Amino acid sequence: MAEKQAKKATMDGNTAVAHIAYKVNEVCAIFPITPSSPMAELADEWTSAGIKNIWGNSVSIQEMQSEGGAAGALHGSLQAGALTTTFTASQGLMLMIPNMFKIAGELSPTVFHVAARALATNALSIFGDHSDVMAARSTGFAMLASNSVQEAHDLALVAHAATLESRVPFMHFFDGFRTSHEINTLNMIPEEDIRAMISDDLVREHRARALNPEHPVMRGTAMNPDVFFQSREATNKFHAAVPEIVQNAMDKLGKLIGRHYKLFDYYGAPDAERVLVLMGSGADVARDTVRDLAAKGEKVGVIAVRLYRPFSAEHLLAALPETVKSVAALDRTKEPGATGEPLYLDLVAALAQGVANGKRKTMPRIIGGRYGLSSKDFDPSQVKAVLDELKKPEPKNNFTVGINDDVMHTSLEVDHSYGTEADDVVRAMFYGLGADGTVGANKNSVKIIAEDGGRYAQGYFVYDSHKSGALTVSHLRFGPEPIGAPYLIRTASFVACHQFHFMNKVDVLAQAREGATFLLNSPFSKDEVWNHLPRSVQKQIIDKKLKFFVIDATSAAREVGLGSRTNTILQTCFFALSGVLPRDEAIAKIKAAIEKTYSKKGRAVVEKNFAGVDGALERLYEVEVPDAVSSNFERPPAVPADAPEFVREVTGPMMDNLGDLIPVSKIPVDGTYPTGTAAWEKRNIADEVPIWREDLCIQCGQCSFVCPHSVIRSKYFDKAELEGAPGGFKSAPINSRGYPDAQFSLAFYVEDCTGCGLCVEACPAQSAVEPGVKAINMTLKDELIVADGRKTMGFFEKLPVNDRARVDFANVRGVQFLQPLFEFNGACAGCGETPYVKLLSQLFGNRLMVANATGCSSIYSGNLPVTPWTKDKDGRGPAWSNSLFEDNAEFGLGFRLAADNHLDLAQSLLKELAPQVGEDLVNAILTAPQIHESELADQRERVGALKVKLLDLKGNKAAESLMSVVDQLVRRSIWIVGGDGWAYDIGYGGLDHVLASGRNINILVMDTEVYSNTGGQASKATPLGAIAKFAAAGKRTQRKDLALQAVSYGNVYVAQVAFGANPQQTLQAFREAEAYPGVSIILAYSHCISHGIDMKTGLSQQQKAVASGYWPLLRYDPALRDVGKAPFRLDSPRPTLKFKDYAYNELRYRALSVNRPEDAAMLLEEAQKQILEKYQTYEEFAQMDAGPDASRAMGAGGKF
Amino acid sequence: MDMKTNYLGLSLRNPLIASPSPIGQQIDGLKQIADHGAGAVILPSIFEEQITREQEMVDALIGSGSESFGEALSYFPAEAEYAFDSSGYLRLVEQAAKELEIPVIASLNGTTKSGWIDYAKDMEAAGAQAIELNIFYVPSDISLSGADVEQRYLDVVSSVVSAVKLPVAVKIGPYFSSTGHMAGRLVEAGAKGLVLFNRFYQPDIDPLNLSLDTSLELSKPAEMRLPLLWIGVLSGRINASLAATTGVETTDDVIKYLLAGADTVMTTSALLRHGPQHMQVLVDGLTEWLKARGLASPADIRGKLSHAKVENPEAYERANYIKVLQGFES
Repeated sequence: MAEKQAKKATMDGNTAVAHIAYKVNEVCAIFPITPSSPMAELADEWTSAGIKNIWGNSVSIQEMQSEGGAAGALHGSLQAGALTTTFTASQGLMLMIPNMFKIAGELSPTVFHVAARALATNALSIFGDHSDVMAARSTGFAMLASNSVQEAHDLALVAHAATLESRVPFMHFFDGFRTSHEINTLNMIPEEDIRAMISDDLVREHRARALNPEHPVMRGTAMNPDVFFQSREATNKFHAAVPEIVQNAMDKLGKLIGRHYKLFDYYGAPDAERVLVLMGSGADVARDTVRDLAAKGEKVGVIAVRLYRPFSAEHLLAALPETVKSVAALDRTKEPGATGEPLYLDLVAALAQGVANGKRKTMPRIIGGRYGLSSKDFDPSQVKAVLDELKKPEPKNNFTVGINDDVMHTSLEVDHSYGTEADDVVRAMFYGLGADGTVGANKNSVKIIAEDGGRYAQGYFVYDSHKSGALTVSHLRFGPEPIGAPYLIRTASFVACHQFHFMNKVDVLAQAREGATFLLNSPFSKDEVWNHLPRSVQKQIIDKKLKFFVIDATSAAREVGLGSRTNTILQTCFFALSGVLPRDEAIAKIKAAIEKTYSKKGRAVVEKNFAGVDGALERLYEVEVPDAVSSNFERPPAVPADAPEFVREVTGPMMDNLGDLIPVSKIPVDGTYPTGTAAWEKRNIADEVPIWREDLCIQCGQCSFVCPHSVIRSKYFDKAELEGAPGGFKSAPINSRGYPDAQFSLAFYVEDCTGCGLCVEACPAQSAVEPGVKAINMTLKDELIVADGRKTMGFFEKLPVNDRARVDFANVRGVQFLQPLFEFNGACAGCGETPYVKLLSQLFGNRLMVANATGCSSIYSGNLPVTPWTKDKDGRGPAWSNSLFEDNAEFGLGFRLAADNHLDLAQSLLKELAPQVGEDLVNAILTAPQIHESELADQRERVGALKVKLLDLKGNKAAESLMSVVDQLVRRSIWIVGGDGWAYDIGYGGLDHVLASGRNINILVMDTEVYSNTGGQASKATPLGAIAKFAAAGKRTQRKDLALQAVSYGNVYVAQVAFGANPQQTLQAFREAEAYPGVSIILAYSHCISHGIDMKTGLSQQQKAVASGYWPLLRYDPALRDVGKAPFRLDSPRPTLKFKDYAYNELRYRALSVNRPEDAAMLLEEAQKQILEKYQTYEEFAQMDAGPDASRAMGAGGKF
Repeated sequence: MDMKTNYLGLSLRNPLIASPSPIGQQIDGLKQIADHGAGAVILPSIFEEQITREQEMVDALIGSGSESFGEALSYFPAEAEYAFDSSGYLRLVEQAAKELEIPVIASLNGTTKSGWIDYAKDMEAAGAQAIELNIFYVPSDISLSGADVEQRYLDVVSSVVSAVKLPVAVKIGPYFSSTGHMAGRLVEAGAKGLVLFNRFYQPDIDPLNLSLDTSLELSKPAEMRLPLLWIGVLSGRINASLAATTGVETTDDVIKYLLAGADTVMTTSALLRHGPQHMQVLVDGLTEWLKARGLASPADIRGKLSHAKVENPEAYERANYIKVLQGFES
């Protein structure tokens, strides 16, 4: 049957899968993890919108505390008879594995939809490969791979149909990002066909097997050696039946919709001699390549594996032409130490058995290799390289393709000039900023074009590793035939650069093919622009004979009130220049898309975008390209020549988008990276930067305290140091008494500033005569400011670093003189978390160890290319690591265990060596108080002296042993850092255990009240009445009071802080927590873009959160009991503001008040009531007398 | 005592109207006002600029951070998107129209032509019995002539009047070269009533922080002289209802406006100061006052001291000024 005329749509793979999964299930147990989160979010949204499944019933969605929890809930729901599904990836799948064995062992039908993603090894990666599903391949789940968006939609249904029939649970997987996030044109399966695929009889059978006290059974017994083995073998026939069941389901679907699939689909020459075997999106790349090569007469083919488990050797052999002489298995995973990766091993076994049992005459040569780990782009040139390798008499086994392995020489040579793209496919690339709306507009363009009768479109989007000022590269293809090509564009017929400054940073025209069109958003006119381009760009334009157009979209957007959103303007230009659609038709469609996209936000927004479209083309000009290069400057290198070797050879190329070219030999073998490399990345993303009015400044330190990116620095120094200061270097006499010759200076790393403006908001010093002028003010950044900034900062850096022992740590003013050892991180502009992290680094940086939970903080702290943790002038600084999301408390506790153990060892060895190194020194070291900075400095000096003595004791075993742990003699500051998703949900069990451990360890929870890193899903910290993903209708339960839970232990130091409301209390809490010789936990209010606020108002929102009593500031210090004081201190006054006056400044609350006013009013009232009640409880605690009874009353035997 | 009053063709049980205030933002507040005897109630204004600004803000907040980072292509569920529009307001109109026994007048505040008509139609559909257009326009563009500004008012009025069947009252400020003539033109453009006067949001200056202070002060009785004058001048001379607003604190103030010729008298500040129950004080006070003088209805005093009826109309004109000065001299 020909393909049925179905509803054509454009969507990404996640959406395509979610459409099916939602329709054929009753329960979804979910937890967010990239790149699968959108499937769960869609399911939640559809439930909120009242959308029903194919039986007309509601779907129950339950967000859990972790994937482990989701798997448990799913398991229970299956046992209770509901059709249940989940969506996950990577580490999430790992947490599900224990339940997967159970679910498969119990023959419970379910489908886990997996956006396959790399597992964290020496580094985390959010990108796609098969290491997660391969790690779960022994669970007993069937594994079905989809290679494209269309397939993911179709095979999702096949999986659900087959699991019901076979009773074997399925992992349906598709490539994370490449398929989950690629937008493509597909034909939706009509609901009646979905219905036809799912047998109601099988559904009822599943229900009949459910646990039911009306006819009770037991499942999940414990077995002994006598029968366990047999019970494992008892399921064999079910697994054996799966291939046929799946093929039947594929055939049935094929009959219904006209798209046909096989367990192993073969493409290529019928008499192929060389064949590849692989699965996932790479199979589509290989299919296109072999088609091209076969058409050119090469005897090549490819087998796309769809059902990988159970592995049907019979079906594989049937698919493989008898003519085949050599086969290569390509695995998108790595199994160190194995003789080959899993698919290779299966292939070898299948062929060997086939030959041995006479089903196949000859044994082809078989090689296996790895490709595409962590979404490494896999294109036709790599496919050809493997096929070419198969021609060789001695082809390489265990090869890699797509990298340069200059260590073990596993990699194949690739001829990058080879490609298979058809000429009738328009290939367009767009370089934009996250904030300018480029990606959103391109997603619309894909839809606009694909909705046009005979056209197909594909969109894939590449994001960089920063959350602010991020570069986005959009890869769009349009053509008359369905578009496979799941790889990045190699040669583009249209290139648009939506930000002029990229011309000096990125090789935008690298992929432009000869005669391509180049559209540049330029503040310079068509006549001026040429001279503002670097030489290499001019050369590319001339050599490639590019048609070059400019538009000042930035000014145009500003004029019509679109701010920085140039998207609709540039989209209009794209359609006008590319000619993909007739111009008038394109404009009408853009407007229709605008109407659709923005009408939910109101007429004003629609009208502005219309105005952008209408004014666009009259500002678009073609540039007359000169014949010769004339520019007198070149695109500067990413890092200067004087940067350290590692930065030049590894960090720099990564920053330059050339990381793919870095050979294996340059990459650290164990994930260890130098700190401090963020300082080499001058991103220059801010339009506005702060300038200082030294005459108005009161030197309070508030600005640098709140700066999320450590851009603002302060020093005091002797006046004499000013000699040689560059013109424009500002300083003022320090305003402390007793320092007549001391100067104070505030300086800015303007190239690292994100322009958030929090410093100005925090500045309390206002001019008495100039309206609106403070001691720190934002100004438009221009080249002069950058040049001045470099000069003055250069001088500032050379000024002596302030002696930590002379700085007053007790107040915010003093802290500004402590060097931040966390700088220029990748967080959002105006981030509400990073000021806390920076403070940690300032106070304890040179002896700090950080265990960081996965989440925003691990990403802005540790997402390459650069590293924001850095060192002081002595080379000391925070040592940082991220283990996982779920285990961070335990991980950090491990730091403490090792430190304590080695400290004991060091102390005992020291005592043993006392005669050799001197009793006085040993006693001084062992009895040293190490609380104040001067004491710590003294101890460092003593340990330094000890080291010198130990070196003299060469050959002395005890001395050598002591040398290996001697650094522990300086007190370590160990911090467990993470967000609320970790602390309240996934890591709560471990956190609780650490709270109970009594060890000297500190915990910082930066609470944004949602899973910020994965896009704002609700956590147990999400407040009542706020909307979030997975709480689209507003959270209906109160947030967890982690502070009181911790207080209940009685011996844990607990603080609740908000740096924007009371920086001094924040500082005190950090210092007290660190000094407390037990467990300390700080809960830190962190404003976030997921709250729906203008981030500039972050500080005032913090103030309102405190003033309304929503976020009471408190400190519970068990040490106070020992000195007869009450341990519980309430640091913020009684509520003076209504909760509404805080909450309704935030979109997360306000949206509910508009969309569901009655619900919002009810929740608001409830929230207000709870705030007052809680405050009253806190007040009662604060009024309790000191003594053991007080803390006990607040503990288990107390009020809660 | 027959307190009935005709305003914009609507029959009111008495001439006292609660003008827009925060009390009227919730149905409970409106009910209290009605329960305390108001003749009619005007709902809080829809502010055109507020709607536009909030729409843009929502767009910016939802957009910020989206499509920038691979792990989080958005930060809000689709349900967070909302068009801040008149729907919440219209729900209030609908509820008020259904639950209150007194006429419900909806109010619109804006300065441009766009948007007005749709909002007005929606208000009509939601059950409002009249519309008050509050035209609040400070011509800070000093190249605009007086005629330009007046035309703008007239355009707004005629576009709204032609879009709805409801009676439309226009609330204006006093700052026209010829306020009376302008009043007449507004009536010609279709206004069924004039509300004198709105109080422009005049910013104050904060000398400590060197900033503009945009907070609003409640009106005081001393401010009622200006509307009193123009009510007096216009009463009986234009074919439209006249509503007096500004500075009504006591029964005496109500009576003054009626004597000048107001059909209805509106109050906001007094209700905010003393609570919705103050409406009853005014209604009862007026009733008592009329009763004490043996009068049968407010109509008996309406316009008795208007320019048209007063024995010495020059008192409304320059003579009044001279008299004041003479008064000071004596």
